[in-house]
Amino acid sequence: MTTNILPLLPIMIPFFAGIIMLFMGKRPVWHRVVSGISGLLMMLSAVWLVISIYRNGTIVTFLGDWMAPFGISIVIDMAAALLLLTTTIIAFLIVVYSFQSIGIEREKYFYYPMVLFMIAGVNGAFSTGDIFNMFVFFEVFLLASYVLITMGGTRVQLQEGFKYLLVNLISSNFFVLGLAYLYSVTGSLNMADIYLKLEDYDGNMVIMTVLAVVFLFVFATKAGLFPLFFWLPGSYYAPPMPIIALFGALLTKVGVYAIARTYSLFFIENQAFTHQVLLLMALLTIIMGSIGALAYTDMKKIIIYNILIAVGIIIVGFSLMDETGTIGAIYYLIHDMIIKAALFMLVGFIIYRTGESDTGRLGGLIRSHPVTGWMFLVAGFALAGVPPLSGFYGKLFIVQSAFGNDLYIAGLIVLLSSLAVLISVVRIFMNVFWRESPAAGGLRAIKSDKLLFSSIGLVIISVAFGLAADLLYPLFEMAALSFHDPATYAGYLTEVE
Amino acid sequence: MKSTLKKAGYSKVQKQVHDVFLQFTSKVIFFIIILFAFKLFFAGHYTPGGGFVGGLLAAAAIILLLIAFDQKTVEKMLPIDFRILIATGLVLAAGLPTLSFLFGTPFFTHQHTYITVPVFGEVALHSAVIFDVGVFLTVAGTALLIIKLIAEEDD
Repeated sequence: MTTNILPLLPIMIPFFAGIIMLFMGKRPVWHRVVSGISGLLMMLSAVWLVISIYRNGTIVTFLGDWMAPFGISIVIDMAAALLLLTTTIIAFLIVVYSFQSIGIEREKYFYYPMVLFMIAGVNGAFSTGDIFNMFVFFEVFLLASYVLITMGGTRVQLQEGFKYLLVNLISSNFFVLGLAYLYSVTGSLNMADIYLKLEDYDGNMVIMTVLAVVFLFVFATKAGLFPLFFWLPGSYYAPPMPIIALFGALLTKVGVYAIARTYSLFFIENQAFTHQVLLLMALLTIIMGSIGALAYTDMKKIIIYNILIAVGIIIVGFSLMDETGTIGAIYYLIHDMIIKAALFMLVGFIIYRTGESDTGRLGGLIRSHPVTGWMFLVAGFALAGVPPLSGFYGKLFIVQSAFGNDLYIAGLIVLLSSLAVLISVVRIFMNVFWRESPAAGGLRAIKSDKLLFSSIGLVIISVAFGLAADLLYPLFEMAALSFHDPATYAGYLTEVE
Repeated sequence: MKSTLKKAGYSKVQKQVHDVFLQFTSKVIFFIIILFAFKLFFAGHYTPGGGFVGGLLAAAAIILLLIAFDQKTVEKMLPIDFRILIATGLVLAAGLPTLSFLFGTPFFTHQHTYITVPVFGEVALHSAVIFDVGVFLTVAGTALLIIKLIAEEDD
């Protein structure tokens, strides 16, 4: 029994690249080279993972010489592999985007190593099969994100960074508390093992409902669900654009993934309560996000509130926990990671070009940047879910599943939220790209080929994903299987014996 | 630390006070702490201790010197960039488990053997020690870097 190195690659490559960059010291150009190359390698390894999982099923590997329920295992099923692939693509493009946007000062202060350490943590959280290790990887990427959010030390960054630090520390404390409860109840920390134990147990399971609430508190804080999203709009507004894009695309989604994993594997007994609470919170999140997205005229704020809407929609899909619901949720999860990063990068380009982030003071950009303008419109349509772009399929499945479960109001809210998204994004487009350009303030001369390469590249990936959705359906069907039928996820433990 | 004091309004604190008692005792206590740090470090495999505690203690000993003397003395004593210390520690801690792939054993599986040394008799050699040295260096480097950055004057 040897360890398969393949599933470890998405964690090890960024980690070692970060260490190599630490040895280089403050040499930004070399940092760029190493981070770019490691981004490409990560992407290749993730593609290889997806292919080999599609052929042979879930990849499991054991660390140390211990078998699964006792030792630490890395379990990558199709859902995790797809998320890894999306993460690595986004990470690579954002690193390329940073070359021209983050500024030499931040690059000197170890920006790229921190980005890569964060990616290592995110990849680890997606691929681990052990709930305590998930906590460890959460801490890894949170530590890197504390550095990223305050790096540069502007006033707003320190103010919001402190808030971010405090909120995340408290929720991490509750995470450990929940883990201790879970371990004392089930006697195991391996996720598949916990599922098998709970499945066989016939006694009173009230304590699991309490645990579900503790875990929901933790992950809802990280993902930004309704009553606990208060830190998100402020904190995500503070750092520079590439970091916002990274956070907005990846960090909340890790929280969503953790909710999906725990609610499909652990909290299976009292679904009438736990999953209803989840659904209710998701719907309220959508409503709050829509209000925020429509209320602001600042481009960054509008997109940040769109994160909330997307998180709500994905959680609606996962809270239904049937086949169509989970397929839709995974489609929408992948779609949203790609398109959010693309939108943030496009908005970032506009901000760097004009020096202005309020839509009221912009206009007429379509004359100087026609391609970027139309790409922004395409990205907006994809975000809202106009067929045949990528957002459509996820919403279709989620709404279908909601109506199938007689949850007409939930389906209606998801549908109406698309309208809010469409209005908010098209309003940015009309204000920024149409109208007459305001007399004051010309365009700044910046180098922008890499900014445009990343942002437009990501929009094209999103469009391609939308057009190929039918081809990719088997992958998503496979990915959803481990959520709506968790016995397949736990299968690797039963097969061993 | 000086700059922090200055910012707080203690502009008269130009020189660090030469506290003879502190300087003399810290010279002695430094070695005791360092030795205890290594004792804890080597105890770590079967009994409480290990790289993390050892590293923290070693850093504490050096910070004691930093308080008793000043930064220039400590820099003369330890002319190391702490960033490199952290990076070296990370390489040892992360590289060693990766090497196990070359031997065809699972990740993080360690190798050990016993050798006979003339004076000490049978001594265990364990590759986990190298991993722990990595942890030791990383923890000590991080603690020292934090203290140094806080104490440093802004340039």
